[in-house]
Parts: sequence; structure tokens; C-alpha cells
Amino acid sequence: MAKAILKVENLKKYFPIKRGLIAGLRGEPHRFVRAVDGINFEVHKQEVFALVGESGCGKTTTGKLVMKLLEPTDGKIYLEGQDVTELRTQEEIKAYRRKVQMVFQDPFSSMNPRFRIYDVLEEPLLIHGIGETKAEREELIYKALEMVKIVPPEDYVGRHPHMLSGGQRQRVAIARALILNPTFIVADEPVSMLDVSIRAEILELMKELKEKMGVTYLYITHDLSTARYFADYIAVMYLGRIVEMGPAKVIIDNPIHPYTRALLAAVPEPIPERRNIIKEVPIKGEVPNAANIPPGCRFHPRCLYMERGLCDMKHPQLVEYEHNHWVECWLAGKI
Amino acid sequence: MAKNVLEVKDLKMYYFTSRGAVRAVDNITFELKKGEVLGLAGESGCGKSSLGFTLMGMPTPPGKIVGGSIKIDGREIVGLPEDVLRREIRWQKISMIFQGAMNALNPVYTVGYQMIEPLIYHKGMEKEEALDKAMRYLELVGLAPEIVYRYPHELSGGMKQRVVIATALLLEPELVIADEPTTALDVVVQAQIINLMKKLKKELGLSMIFITHDLSILAEVSDRVAIMYAGKIVEIGDSEKIYYEPAHPYTQKLLAAIPRLHEDVEKLEFIPGQPPNLIRPPTGCRFHPRCPYAMQQCKEQIPELKEIEKDHYAACWLL
Repeated sequence: MAKAILKVENLKKYFPIKRGLIAGLRGEPHRFVRAVDGINFEVHKQEVFALVGESGCGKTTTGKLVMKLLEPTDGKIYLEGQDVTELRTQEEIKAYRRKVQMVFQDPFSSMNPRFRIYDVLEEPLLIHGIGETKAEREELIYKALEMVKIVPPEDYVGRHPHMLSGGQRQRVAIARALILNPTFIVADEPVSMLDVSIRAEILELMKELKEKMGVTYLYITHDLSTARYFADYIAVMYLGRIVEMGPAKVIIDNPIHPYTRALLAAVPEPIPERRNIIKEVPIKGEVPNAANIPPGCRFHPRCLYMERGLCDMKHPQLVEYEHNHWVECWLAGKI
Repeated sequence: MAKNVLEVKDLKMYYFTSRGAVRAVDNITFELKKGEVLGLAGESGCGKSSLGFTLMGMPTPPGKIVGGSIKIDGREIVGLPEDVLRREIRWQKISMIFQGAMNALNPVYTVGYQMIEPLIYHKGMEKEEALDKAMRYLELVGLAPEIVYRYPHELSGGMKQRVVIATALLLEPELVIADEPTTALDVVVQAQIINLMKKLKKELGLSMIFITHDLSILAEVSDRVAIMYAGKIVEIGDSEKIYYEPAHPYTQKLLAAIPRLHEDVEKLEFIPGQPPNLIRPPTGCRFHPRCPYAMQQCKEQIPELKEIEKDHYAACWLL
């Protein structure tokens, strides 16, 4: 087994909720939103690891923790064996950020509109002191643009972001992440704002970069179809926990957790014969507030198979259901 | 043969900007039968939402209808004065479910207050009677009738979208335009709203135009599908035909760009380039600069929609 590039252990992030004056005087306890509540996973070299879930499940918070944009409440993050949570000084954090880069969701707001494309790409080089002379930096910028197929780069470096299409802008955002030659890229919903055709274009590009350049990704998405296409591993998150994790195909073709099954049943597919069938999604109710997490299995109030006395009392753990396929459910294999 | 609820002929709606006229809806012709759902798909900026608003008789300024006809239930609405449109057509004959349910409700009024307004204004109902009807429609869309006393912030996104749908149906219109009704919702809620639309279609025999950029969602609801590109319909036909035997190169490319959940796709296809500027659209076929099969003729002459088999039309010189 290849060594893990990124290893996350028992990672937790609790956000405190402001207590009102009266609640404070009454001595009511501090309350927390448990956005990420004890998750474990590993990402190997040249792999795409997808975190999938609905809004509020903690997937973006996990991405921010990995980027060190947030400090965890508890738990460890290791990048190539180095404990990231121990990094304290500016220099250490800067060196870390050089290795881990991010691609954001919205290519329209992730770039300074007053910058030319040249400036957008030169900024990370200047911050990290890469390229002694202007000529060296220019070469790196041209190379990065060629990598993401913004060609010929000479035609584009002088433009401002608004002069590019959405797809081109997202390519530049990827080039900006790649220019530092990072070990790891966190891509937070990089294609969800894009049109179908541009989405395909960006997914193809990211896939090619993975295969040719050995880029490793943490791919954060709500879309199981693109996860199946792009990712090697999928972890499904629900209310701050990973409830199921395994190779992408296994998760899609043989889901075990009732929540994964519900998510999959909800994915629309381009099959017109289904238009007259009403296929109910096997789930009840709505996602509870992350400040009020249900006791026992946090999915139990919405689960159709819930066993009283077990699921609503005891918290299940993520266990290996079959080789490399992890499930957090008391009834795994029985339903 | 079911009658046509909507007949659109040679419809043109241009946005008049300082840089010139943007031809967002350019010579659109189609019809919709009673009880039918027509899916309208295309990339951002292809004019699909503009067409939706135009059908409601309210093109967004600086847009103006410059030609063509829209007949709803046989009655021509192009050229009708605004007060007639408001009194007799909008919400009664044709209504719209807007994109972004989160923002379609007024946060300072209760749900009930917002819902009964059109009933009082249009039908002259008493408050009690109107509230009663609003409650029945909330039940129809799967909500508790007591929701009428709630404020929008007390509801989840899915519940708000259901309220918006119930409101659009209150005056019993013949035709509903749903503009990206599920875009901002999570997948589970999205699937529930799609199921609701299917149920309403079946129970009320509703005719609908469903606008979205997502061809997967469209397949779940549409009897027929129209594909728009740069202000024009390039292909229209029964769903099965569009999804399994797409004729227009643009439709083919769009379908090949969708990642499938249960199929192995080796490589997703994408369309190089970007949609054209509609102030000065390309000559000939508007898709020719991005089309892998473009010929000389495509650059010079505009292809019209032609029937390539029964009820399946496409606008392409290759056919």
C-alpha cells in the first residue's frame, strides 16, 4: 500500500454559539455547532479523494481545516508525515501553504478583478519567493498557463479576469494552484457553478493533471455523478461524520449506509423513461440543526430502518464492513 | 388529440442596450399541448429564462418583444396592454415558479398573507375564504396547512420552494413556467420537489414549461424537450428521441458532457469555445464556430427547424 500523503485523525471542529446575556447570567452551558465531529481518512499519492454530502454536513469545514484556514478543536492532520496542527510560526505555515493549494467554487469572485492574469499568477510566486528574476517568473507563468491549456499564453497574460469565460477563469484558478508545484490540492466544488459543457472541460483537465503530473486532490462536492467520474475514493458525510467511505465504484454500486442509499436514489439521471414514475427517496424529514445533534446515530430520526433502543441510544462507529469499505451503521449488512 | 395550451410563433425579444440589440429570443416557434411538460434546456445565456419571462408578457427591461405571437389558450397576448395582462392573463392563465425560492417570499409577511393577496385581488374573495383555499393548496404540495401562519424564515429551503409552487397554482392557471425550480436545493430536497411536480402534473393535468440547464433533471420530468442555443431552438422532440437519438451536433455534445452515475464514462466530451455574443451573432448557423462538422453552407445560411421524423425537429444543414 502506498504511503498516505494526507492523514486525518479524529478531526473535530466545534464553532461556539454566542450565548445571550440572560442565558449567560443564568449560567446556561456554552453551546457548539459540531461542524466536524471526529473524522478519519487517508489520501494517497495521485489519488482523488471526494468528500460528498449536502449543505451543512461539514465538508467545506474539513477542507478549510486541511488548508489550515481554520484551527481544529481536536485531532491531527498529517501531510507527508508532518503534523500540520503543530505548525505555529508564520514561516512554518507559509511553507505548508506552498505544498497545499486550493481551487475555489466561484471563478468569478476568486480573482482580483483589477489584476491582469499575469498578476494573478505572479502573486503566489512573489509571496513564496520563487523565481529570482522577472524573466524566470514569466517563464513559470507561461508554463502554468500552457499546462491548463490557456494557449498561447502571450494572448492571455495581459487580460483581466472579466475578459475570460467562466471555463477559462477556472483554468487560470487551477494554474494559480499548480504554479507552486503543490503536493496536494483542495478543490471545493470547483465545477458546481459551471455550465455542463464547461464542467466536463474542467473535470477532464483536472483528471489529466492527476494522471500526467501526479497531482493529488481532496475533491469536495455535493454531486455524486461527478464524484463517481473523477474520484478514486468517496467519503459520504452527514452532520459532521463520515458515514460511509470506500472506492468510488463500490460506494455508488453497493452502498450500505441508508443515508448513502437515499442520496444515490435522489440523483437525477438522464433517463427519460423515468418521467412518469414517482420514485420516493428513502429518507424522512429534514437535516437537523448541527447545534442539536440527535443522540445515538445522528441519522436515526430520518432513517427508515431505525431500531429503537439501539440506533437512538448508542453511537455507531465507522467500521470496515468489507475490505476497504467503511460504514458507520448498526444495521450494516442487515438491511 | 389534446388541444394546444400555448402556441408560440416567430417570437422575438431583444434587449436594447447601448451597445446594440441583444437577440436573446430570436424567432422561436413551438407549441404545448394540454397536460404536457416541455423541458427547455441550454447553457447560461442561451435565452431560456428570457423566453420564460417573455411568455409571461414581462420581458426584463431593457427587453422588448419585437415580433411574433404568443397565444395562450387561443388568445393572443402580444400587444395586450399591461393592465389587461395583469388582470386577465398573468397568474390566472399562465404563472411562474421562480428561480431561487429563498428570495421569492417577502420576509416580513406571513406565508398566508402573501398567498391570499392574488386571491383577494383577482377573484375578489373574502379573507377567510382565501385563507381556506391557500391551506388546501399547501396540503396539495405536501405541507401542513398551519404553515399559513408562519414567516418565511421559519421554513427550510424545500418548504419555501413548496410554498412558491402552491402560490403559482392558486389561481388555477392552465400553464406554469418553472424556471430552475430546484437549482439552489440539496439533492434530496431536489428529488422531493421533482416528485411533487410529477404528482401535480398527474393530478391536476398541469401543462408546464420546465427550464433548467441540467439535462438530468429535465429527463425526470419532460415529455418533450427543446434545446436552445444562442437565442434559437436548435432541436425539439419527444424526450426519448432527444436523449437517445439526438440529431443536432449541439445536443449530442451536451449529452456527452454529462457524467453518468451508473455507467463508466471513459472521457467526457466538451464543446470548445464559448457561446457567441448575441449582439453580433455568427452568420449562418449560430453554432458553426464550435461545431466539429461545420461546412461552408453552415457559415452562410441560417438553417431552419425541419421535421426529420415525426414530431422531431432540428435546425442543422447536415440533416
